[in-house]
Amino acid sequence: MTLLRHTFDEIKPRKALTVNSAKTCQPVGAMYAALGIHRCLPHSHGSQGCCSYHRSALTRHYKEPVMAATSSFTEGASVFGGQANLLKGIETIFQVYDPDVVAVHTTCLSETIGDDIPQIVSKCNDKGFIPEGKLVIHCNTPSYVGSHVTGFANMVTGMVKYLSTSTETEATRYNVIPGWVEPSDMRELKRLMGVLGLDTILFPDTSDVLDCELDGERDFYPDGGTTIEDLRATGDSAATFALGAWASKPAGEELESKCGVPTKHLDLPIGLRATDRFIDAVRTTAGIEVPTELTKERGRLVDVMSDMHQYLHGKRVALVGDPDQLVALSEFCADLDMRPVYIVSGTPGKAFEHDVLERLEERIPEVKIANGANADMFLLHQWIKQEPVDMIIGNTYCKYICRDENIPLIRHGFPILDRVGHSLFPTVGYMGAMRLLEKILDAVMTKQDLESDEEKVELVM
Amino acid sequence: MSPESASIEALKEEMTAIYPKKVAKKRNDQIMINEVGEEDAVPEIKANTRTAPGIITQRGCCYAGCKGVVLGPTRDIVNLVHGPIGCSFYAWLTRRNQTRPPSEESENFMNYMFSTDLQDDEIIFGGEKKLAEAIREVYDIFQPKAIGVFSTCPVGLIGDDVHAVSRQMSEELGINIFGFSCEGYKGVSQSAGHHIANNQLFKHVIGNGQEVPEGEFKINLLGEYNIGGDAFVLEDIFERCGITLLSTFSGNSSIAQFESSHHADLNLVMCHRSINYIAEMIEEKYGTPWFKVNFIGAEGTAKSLRKIAEYFDDDGLRERVETVIAEEMAKVEAAQKVYRPKLEGKTAMLFVGGSRAHHYQDLFSEIGMETISAGYEFAHRDDYEGRKVLPNIKMDADSRNIEELTVSKDPEGYREDRAEYKKAKEDEGFEFSDYKGMMPEMKDGTLVIDDISEHETELLLKRLKPDIFCAGIKEKYGVQKFGIPCKQLHSYDYGGPYAGFAGAINFYEDIDRMVNASVWKHLKAPWAG
Repeated sequence: MTLLRHTFDEIKPRKALTVNSAKTCQPVGAMYAALGIHRCLPHSHGSQGCCSYHRSALTRHYKEPVMAATSSFTEGASVFGGQANLLKGIETIFQVYDPDVVAVHTTCLSETIGDDIPQIVSKCNDKGFIPEGKLVIHCNTPSYVGSHVTGFANMVTGMVKYLSTSTETEATRYNVIPGWVEPSDMRELKRLMGVLGLDTILFPDTSDVLDCELDGERDFYPDGGTTIEDLRATGDSAATFALGAWASKPAGEELESKCGVPTKHLDLPIGLRATDRFIDAVRTTAGIEVPTELTKERGRLVDVMSDMHQYLHGKRVALVGDPDQLVALSEFCADLDMRPVYIVSGTPGKAFEHDVLERLEERIPEVKIANGANADMFLLHQWIKQEPVDMIIGNTYCKYICRDENIPLIRHGFPILDRVGHSLFPTVGYMGAMRLLEKILDAVMTKQDLESDEEKVELVM
Repeated sequence: MSPESASIEALKEEMTAIYPKKVAKKRNDQIMINEVGEEDAVPEIKANTRTAPGIITQRGCCYAGCKGVVLGPTRDIVNLVHGPIGCSFYAWLTRRNQTRPPSEESENFMNYMFSTDLQDDEIIFGGEKKLAEAIREVYDIFQPKAIGVFSTCPVGLIGDDVHAVSRQMSEELGINIFGFSCEGYKGVSQSAGHHIANNQLFKHVIGNGQEVPEGEFKINLLGEYNIGGDAFVLEDIFERCGITLLSTFSGNSSIAQFESSHHADLNLVMCHRSINYIAEMIEEKYGTPWFKVNFIGAEGTAKSLRKIAEYFDDDGLRERVETVIAEEMAKVEAAQKVYRPKLEGKTAMLFVGGSRAHHYQDLFSEIGMETISAGYEFAHRDDYEGRKVLPNIKMDADSRNIEELTVSKDPEGYREDRAEYKKAKEDEGFEFSDYKGMMPEMKDGTLVIDDISEHETELLLKRLKPDIFCAGIKEKYGVQKFGIPCKQLHSYDYGGPYAGFAGAINFYEDIDRMVNASVWKHLKAPWAG
């Protein structure tokens, strides 16, 4: 029985219909970013369902409690505006849940109404609903613009707008804006900066928030997250490394223009060369030597790439997900001499095709790229029906295509609803690339083991 | 006051003490210490009212109740969500409604999501054109029998008329296309969406099937969504008993089954909250009686089957029902012997849905576990206190916004014989059209909490330390950080089925696995103090 029985190779033009989306909406990204602030409670200014859906989606992906509040709009609020709801919400939140900061994001509903969040927050201040030393920050995330990725970027930019401050303090620290990556990736980026010997502010930081220990005691606010103090101090840093043009560039630019912190805009360090560029940018910017430890780590990755080349060479791969990840992954796949032939993202942005093609360096002339409106998993599946691939790298929803077409799925991106590992083991950096490589090889080689003719089963591979 | 009830009283006070004054007052009326009096009188609980903003609620929205719950499980209707992308994305396959298309060629859109992905231009200039075009594209590519169009929050605000567009496109394409005004902000929870879904199915689908389906003892099962395969278990039981199931609303269903559902002799209501409207409307229009059943728990299943046999008053049916019960209960009792000693005396709490928090208490009691606190996420007073309170429920502004259909007897389809049969049965003492609610079946001194907040949940866990807590995905991992297992009763933790006899055995097994899991013994490192 096929799961996607109504998908055929013939592609009929679509202008209005999205089927099996390769993106979701802005607010969920804002919520995820806000969870990366220490003792922050995200607040969704809209109908209850938005908050419920976003918390559910994040919880299913991270398998951790995701706490967030909502303005619980009713029809009345939709007619008269959501001010009363937000006022009540903020009063209740500080009284009951005692966060250091509430990060408000809007929704399609409150944006269509036109609620002015800063004005409402100033009313909260007038009414004394915000205890001394506590904060409310916000960003606008209308769901009918961008995607979950731009929503994440907006909240990170909001952190800079509200908090980053330049003082006369000597610039000794370095900012890393990691983009929408896993808690494991954020942990790994901090480790890498540590190995490079730099005092780093990583923001947002969901490690120790969405990958927490189970020991029988619950901290409503876990230990992790970038502190308000550190977020303020980002304005005094010597430089910022903004990883990923979609998720991190806007915040990097804002920080540069607001506080004059020079920003290096880089790809997400996924794969060999993107990690090389990241490490090298840190080296040249900070004027440091790269420790042997890290160069040897790189060498181990190169070693595996060379050892296992025969299983990767020429393999056709479809990539679907978020732009920052796909730009880096397409380069890594091409560097493995694989053929990233289909690249699809629901997130809009004209630069996407250009960025991918630049990383591919004319190595994959047959590549098909689609992003933005109507670029969805239905289209990707139709391409695969026209000419198959050897694997898909994408989120859990790809498994329906993979089962129908009998191709392996390497789970990467958001959301991953049916496996663990992503929040525990990174895919950024050289270690991350090794893990990714292990996962790709495991998929390819397991398929060979299961499907090759009896006499062709290889003991040694 | 006994020391126990004093401590429950103190816990209630502790729960509300932290809230701002008005919120505290409201929550005070939604947290009840149960006390069952004569004729099942229970304390009045405030339910189906607005959630206090900021309180951290379990609740979702109207759209979730309409598209997600009621319409989601039908395999051959294309559910096109008119709005920004998220609403459709989050409702994509996340409720685990299983479906079994009769053949490889049969339509099955369950694994797809459809959206108009509204953009800012359309928010400004209107989205009706895009909706019409999207419907055309659905038809061109998928040729479905029917399309349901679902409004999301901004659609209501910008004034797109999904009903008019649906009508026009229905004329243009010659298939059944119908809209749902289920904007997320309607009502106070998913419950409003259930009602809207019921209304539109009744207006646009039920009754369209002219041909009378064959079979004996024809029933519909209302309010069973086939999560984890529950409906499959019940279908099997009905078949073995020789009961003809015309349709299930809406687990493992097709639109043709809905269309012909008015030909049934009897409607059975499982989830009273989400579907009682259709049961009542079918009765008014077609004369089909309904009664409440419960297929969660082996005892409840047996009782419900016997009641069906009693209704049809047929010896053959009675005999088959007894044979099935005897066969199945032998297995159930064997399982209870295994699991009861491991679970006897342990405590459970249930905070979920509009009927599950009630019905799952039966399953727990079958393995000797006691429910010490329970509440619904989106139920109404009648689900707590019983339908006897219906005349006393005040209509507030949020409920008034939900359409109440005026239904009258169908001049051709109304079956006087059914109504007369019902009347005769009633005279014999047979109960129809009733639901006694959750509270009369709970012990005195238990804590009943409507629309529980995160803060109240934490206090329950800390003070009463249940052996298991049942809720949904948003609560699960927070509960488990306390070292207390949390069973998801929306998604069944990707297990199940739990309905019927076979489901009961699955449930006992799963609860034993969770409560007695080895991992709970190793939460602390050996060197931790």
